[in-house]
Amino acid sequence: MPSLKKGPKRVRSLEHDNLAGYLFISPWLIGFFGFMIIPMIISIYLSFTRYNVLTPPRWIGLQNFKDIFYDDPRFWQALKVTFTYVLGAVPLRLFFALVLAVLFSQKRMFVGLYRTMYYVPSLIGGSVAVAVMWRQLFGVSGALNSFLVKIGALQTGFGWNVHPKTALLSLIVLAAWQFGSPMLIFLAGIKQIPASLYESAAIDGANRVQAFFRITLPQLTPIIFFNLVMQTINNFMVFAQAYIITGGQPFDRTLVYVLYLFRTGFTYNKMGYACALAWILLFIIGVLTALIFRSSSYWVYYESGGDL
Amino acid sequence: MKLTKKRIRQGIGSLTYHGFILLFGFFMFYPVLWLISSSFKEHAEIFQNAHVLIPKTFRWENYVQGWRGFGGITFGTFFKNSMIISGVSTLGQILTSSMVAFGFARVKFTGRKFWFRMMILTLLLPGQVLLIPQYVVFNYMGWIDTFKPLIIPHFFAGPFHVFLMVQFISGIPMELDEAARIDGCGPFATYYRIILPNIKPALITSGIFSFYWSWNNFMQALMYIQTPRKYPASLALQLFADPQSVTHWGAMFAMATLSLVPIFIIFITFQRYLVEGISTTGLKG
Repeated sequence: MPSLKKGPKRVRSLEHDNLAGYLFISPWLIGFFGFMIIPMIISIYLSFTRYNVLTPPRWIGLQNFKDIFYDDPRFWQALKVTFTYVLGAVPLRLFFALVLAVLFSQKRMFVGLYRTMYYVPSLIGGSVAVAVMWRQLFGVSGALNSFLVKIGALQTGFGWNVHPKTALLSLIVLAAWQFGSPMLIFLAGIKQIPASLYESAAIDGANRVQAFFRITLPQLTPIIFFNLVMQTINNFMVFAQAYIITGGQPFDRTLVYVLYLFRTGFTYNKMGYACALAWILLFIIGVLTALIFRSSSYWVYYESGGDL
Repeated sequence: MKLTKKRIRQGIGSLTYHGFILLFGFFMFYPVLWLISSSFKEHAEIFQNAHVLIPKTFRWENYVQGWRGFGGITFGTFFKNSMIISGVSTLGQILTSSMVAFGFARVKFTGRKFWFRMMILTLLLPGQVLLIPQYVVFNYMGWIDTFKPLIIPHFFAGPFHVFLMVQFISGIPMELDEAARIDGCGPFATYYRIILPNIKPALITSGIFSFYWSWNNFMQALMYIQTPRKYPASLALQLFADPQSVTHWGAMFAMATLSLVPIFIIFITFQRYLVEGISTTGLKG
C-alpha cells in the first residue's frame, strides 16, 4: 500500500555519524538548495518585477498580481479550462481504474496478459508520438471520422480537436485513456483486503455487488484518496498534450494553465508575470490538496480509527 | 443435473468476462495499432478509409524516408541525442539516489528525520512551478542550448528514487550492516559492499523510471534546446509532425512508432519491476 507518511525506521544499532550522514545525503541537499530553494526565492522576487530576460528585472510591487486578477481574461479562461479538464479527466480515470482493477483481481485465465495490455496506453500516453497520433486520430480526416462516415453517422469529417465544443473533450479522452497507473495501485490495494471479510460476507448471503459496495469500496477508500490527490495534482500540470494536439486553440478553449504560463514566459517573454502565475498555481494546488485532505475524514475508512 | 447447470452458468460468466475485457481492450488498444498500421500506409491511404487497421501494402520505405529526418539531420542523430541524455541522466540518478537513500536509511545523524520529511514534501511540489526561475538560473550559467539542463539536475538525487530505495533498504536486515562493521567496514564500505549489491531490484526499478521519464521529457527539451542538431527524439518528432509542414505522413508515423520502441523494450524486459515500483511507491509522473 502506498504511504508517504512512513519515514525510515529508527536506526538502532549504528553509531551516530554526522559527517558520514551529511556526506551521503549531500547530493540531495545540494540539489534541494540549488535547484529548488534558490530558484524559489528568485521566483518570489521575480513575481514582483517586470522582467524579459534581456534587461534587468524592474520592481513593480504587486502589479503583476493586480493585472492577473483584474485585467487578464486569459488567466480566468485558463483556470476555467484547467478545472474543466481536471473535473473531466480525474473521475473518468479513477472510475476506469477501479472497475478494471476489480475485474483483474479475479483469478482468471490471461489476467496477467490483460493487465499488461491495459497498461500500455499509460506507458506511452505521455509521449510526443501519442500526442501527434491523437491529433490525427481525431482530426478532420482521421480514423474516428472515417469510421463514423462509414457507418453513416456523419456526412463529412468533423474536426473534433479543432471545434470549440469538442477540442477539450479530445484532451480529456486522452487523459482518461491512461488509467493504467491508478489501476495498478488499486489492484495492489485490493490484494491487501483480507479474504476472511469476503468469506464471512458470503456466509451472511451477500452477493458480489453487495460485497463490492460493503467491503471492497470502504476498504479501498485510503487508496482512492491517495489516487485522487496524485491524479488531481498531475492532471493540473497537463502541458505537452495541449501544446501539441490543440496548441490552446480554438479561441483559447484548450488553453490549460501550464500552457498559458509557458507562453507568458517563453513566447511573450513576461518572466515576472509568469512567476506570479506559477505562485498562484501552487496556491491553488495547495488549497485543492488541503480540501481533499480535509474531506478525507468524512469518507476515508481507516482500520484503526473509529468503530464503523 | 445441478452440477451441469452450475457449469453452464460459470461458462457464461467467464465468456462475458473475457468478452468484455477483450472488446473494451480492443478500443483501448486501437489507437496504438492504428499508429503502427499508419506507419506502413501509403500517403493517400492514411486519409482515405483512415480507420482501417490493415494497410493495403506494407511500405517499409516510410521508415527509410522518415529516418532521413529534416534539414539534413537524420533521426539517427536525434535518437543518439535522446540516448545520451536519458542514459547519462539515469546513471547519475541511480548513483546519487542510492547514496542518499543509504544515508537516510542506515546512518544516524542529527536532522535526519527533518531532512527526510522535507524531501517527501518536495515530492508533492509540482516541478512546473519552478519552470521560469530554473530557466533564469540555467540561462545565467550559460547552459541554454546544451544538454546540461536536461542531464545535470539528475545528478542530485530525485526524491521519488530516494524514497523507493529507502523503502527497499529498510527491508534488508540490519545484522548485515553490523557484521560488516565488526569486520571493520566504515559507512562507505558498507554502502558500496553490502547495500549496493543487495538493492539491485530497486536500482533497476529506479533506473527504468528515470530513463522513461527522461526519454519522454518534452517540455524541458522545448525550453532549453534550440539547435536542431541537438534535438532529442521527442522534440524532433514534434517538429517533424508540424501540420503546416508535413509532406510525408507515413514517414512521420514511422518515426513516431520508432520513438516508442525503446519504451516498449524496457517495458517488456522489466515489466515486473515497473509494476512493483508503481504499486509500492504509488507514484508515477
